Amino acid sequence: MSTSPDEYTTLADPEVAVLSAATSIDSATLGLSPLQVAWRGLRHAPPSAWFGLLVIIAYAVVAIFAPLLAPYGQAQVVGGAYDPWSHQFLLGTDQLGRDMFSRLIFGARNTVGIALATTCLSFVLGGLCGLIAATLGGWTDLLLARVVDILMAIPQLIFALMLLSIVGTSVLNLVLIIAVLDSTRVFRLTRAVAINVVVLDFVESARLQGERLMWIMTREVLPNILSPLVAEFGLRFCFVFLTIAALSFLGLGIQPPAADWGSMVRENASLITYGDITPLLPAAAIALLTVGVNFVVDWFLHKTSGLRE
Amino acid sequence: MNTDKKLLEIRGLRIAGQSGDDWHEIVKGIDVVLHRGEVLGLIGESGAGKSTIGLAAMGYTRPGCRIDAGTIVFDGTDLRKLSEPARRATWGTRMAYVAQSAAAAFNPAHRLIEQCVEAPVMHRLVAANQARRSVIDLFDRLRLPDAEQFGHRYPHQVSGGQLQRAMTAMAMASHPDMIIFDEPTTALDVTTQIEVLAAIKDLVRQLDTAAIYISHDLAVVAQMADRVMVFRHGSLVEEAPTRDMLANPRMAYTKSLWAVRSLHKDEQPGGDVLLRVDAADAHYGALQVLHRISIQVPRGRTVAVVGESGSGKTTLARMITGLLPPTRGRVIYDGKPLPPRLHGRDRALLRRIQMIYQMADTALNPRRRVADIIGRQLEHHLGLRGAARRRRTAELLRMVELDEALMGRLPSELSGGQKQRVSIARALAAEPDLIICDEVTSALDQLVAEEVLKLLLRLQNELGVSYLYITHDLATVKAIADEIVVMHRGRVVQSGPKSQVLTPPHEAYTELLLSSVPEMDPDWLDNLLARRAVPAAAP
Repeated sequence: MSTSPDEYTTLADPEVAVLSAATSIDSATLGLSPLQVAWRGLRHAPPSAWFGLLVIIAYAVVAIFAPLLAPYGQAQVVGGAYDPWSHQFLLGTDQLGRDMFSRLIFGARNTVGIALATTCLSFVLGGLCGLIAATLGGWTDLLLARVVDILMAIPQLIFALMLLSIVGTSVLNLVLIIAVLDSTRVFRLTRAVAINVVVLDFVESARLQGERLMWIMTREVLPNILSPLVAEFGLRFCFVFLTIAALSFLGLGIQPPAADWGSMVRENASLITYGDITPLLPAAAIALLTVGVNFVVDWFLHKTSGLRE
Repeated sequence: MNTDKKLLEIRGLRIAGQSGDDWHEIVKGIDVVLHRGEVLGLIGESGAGKSTIGLAAMGYTRPGCRIDAGTIVFDGTDLRKLSEPARRATWGTRMAYVAQSAAAAFNPAHRLIEQCVEAPVMHRLVAANQARRSVIDLFDRLRLPDAEQFGHRYPHQVSGGQLQRAMTAMAMASHPDMIIFDEPTTALDVTTQIEVLAAIKDLVRQLDTAAIYISHDLAVVAQMADRVMVFRHGSLVEEAPTRDMLANPRMAYTKSLWAVRSLHKDEQPGGDVLLRVDAADAHYGALQVLHRISIQVPRGRTVAVVGESGSGKTTLARMITGLLPPTRGRVIYDGKPLPPRLHGRDRALLRRIQMIYQMADTALNPRRRVADIIGRQLEHHLGLRGAARRRRTAELLRMVELDEALMGRLPSELSGGQKQRVSIARALAAEPDLIICDEVTSALDQLVAEEVLKLLLRLQNELGVSYLYITHDLATVKAIADEIVVMHRGRVVQSGPKSQVLTPPHEAYTELLLSSVPEMDPDWLDNLLARRAVPAAAP
């Protein structure tokens, strides 16, 4: 802990956060390297957590190595419309004759990547502002809270649509706008849990030593509110998926021809009427990841709950 | 009092508690007998199992506990053999429980009388009207002001002592055969404690109710109980009638409980003044909490600030540390005026005034290890890093009599006394001239508290540090103070060297405070009330 790890990178990546939390709990075993300690924590993890971790790792591998794994390009038209499953096209083709399997693989990269980036950004932004508001209190708190109230007063999807049509649709704009809008929820949670910690004696003690705001926020307060934030991260991550899918459906999300699980469901929805489950596969992919992430988050909460009484 | 008839008989009681996946025994084969109309005192430190035994006497265990063996025979029936509904039917009717924190036991949304009549009416013992009348009668007997109207108030509208008495009335409402009092006065000030003790004692006597009185304070139990049982680590240490036990404790552990009160420090004359507060006022918003406070802390000495809760002791500490700037007057430290606000003080100045808190649980960050908690101070104030920091941390731990192997522990892996020692080490790490101690021993068991006080005295001798010691406990004051400041409602009532403040003649409030501290004499309460009643009755 003395080497000052950036708490925000820990927060931003669920896997790192989970592992580092396991580290801080189990290392009554001093002298072991962090990796060994992490391994000890993992060995005692329940099967659900293992399952969740495996799912997350599998998705990460698929997303990173998408061009190597996919037999065709995501925008490449390789066959006729709605070809059935075959050796050539494992999961058939879509309405334009693009390979479904390849698009599913590329979709992992686009959808998960964007959702992850957005969630991380919203947590850095919302978490930082929430911590500042709770720690400083007074006018800063009042000002930040009112700004957030104003942002939250406008329905999120409509606000996002409006902003996207003003600034134009690009991946960067999409990420920034959803992150800002989503960070309001993170802000409220962070502020609410941090306010309970800020009044404790150890924070007053740190103030009395003349510690700086950044130290108090990241070292005294943040570690004590990490578990609700990580739980929220799991939830927010899934919500962002849905928001992106909804925006894609309305034509303002991830732009074709890039593959996106949300729009893939919509584009091929007519197949469902013929009893073909192919259009449901992207939805299943979303569901599986959601379940995996939440299994890991549950385990993390269970591990940390023993510490916070 | 017919003490020949057994009301409650517990034989071979074993209770296990759960921690994680393991069960370990917390009550190890206890026999308890309670006769009708008798008051039995249970004494022990926290973790001795006395509350668990008290609840088990009603056939109840807290979640996470289970009764492994033994019989609990209440008035001829074994409570363990009863079905859950049958057992529940006896609760609140034939037996009742008075908890430590009345404030937490009352529902803030309902009037007191509604909550007091709830049990007898719900169990259909009496009609609502009749229940009300009998509760009002109880209020009267408990000497609550304006008994007719008292019950119409809400819990937040009455004082802590009144609320505790209201809770006693609630327990008594259905005229139970047995009442369990679990530390009913521990959360109260000494002056308030007297009222509650006297009221409970009278009522128990008048109604001839049997009671189990649980406390860690021997002097309090001595006033209430006919017979005392001392517990430690879930086993019985000693059992005897109160007078015999006070006169002649047999076991070493029981004797050591007496010894705590005998800790004494010789008063030393004041040297040059380190801290002076000059006619200071302080406000919370429009509310004035400190009125023209003037105190002095000599270098290397201990000044004890004594008073009830709400007397402004902690506010005084907040003013000195800069968390609450004075609205008038000033604070002079080592010859120079202290900047009133925290951010006006530089790090060198902050280093010199340190603070130790009452609750070590909240004073130490639960997510940081002991080495980081102490080490940060060394790094922050003295610029120590790496091996030097580690060496000094180990030195400080040894100084507060802790094993340096504890360095890697989290606060949750330490006992209460160890946590408080880590707090002390954290304060010492900055090498301060003045340490403000805010009730540092009141959350600790007597024996642990004594050890911590000894440590503080030793550190003062070795390092010459000054203490501003805030407390409501006069026994502690006698043990460690050189000078005493008595505060009441935001004003200094009396101040001076210990010998002068503690010897008569006292100021009226000091007298009240001093005489309210329970003594190890079973007749103390009766004598005191008789003494206090005389001047009141005189024309």
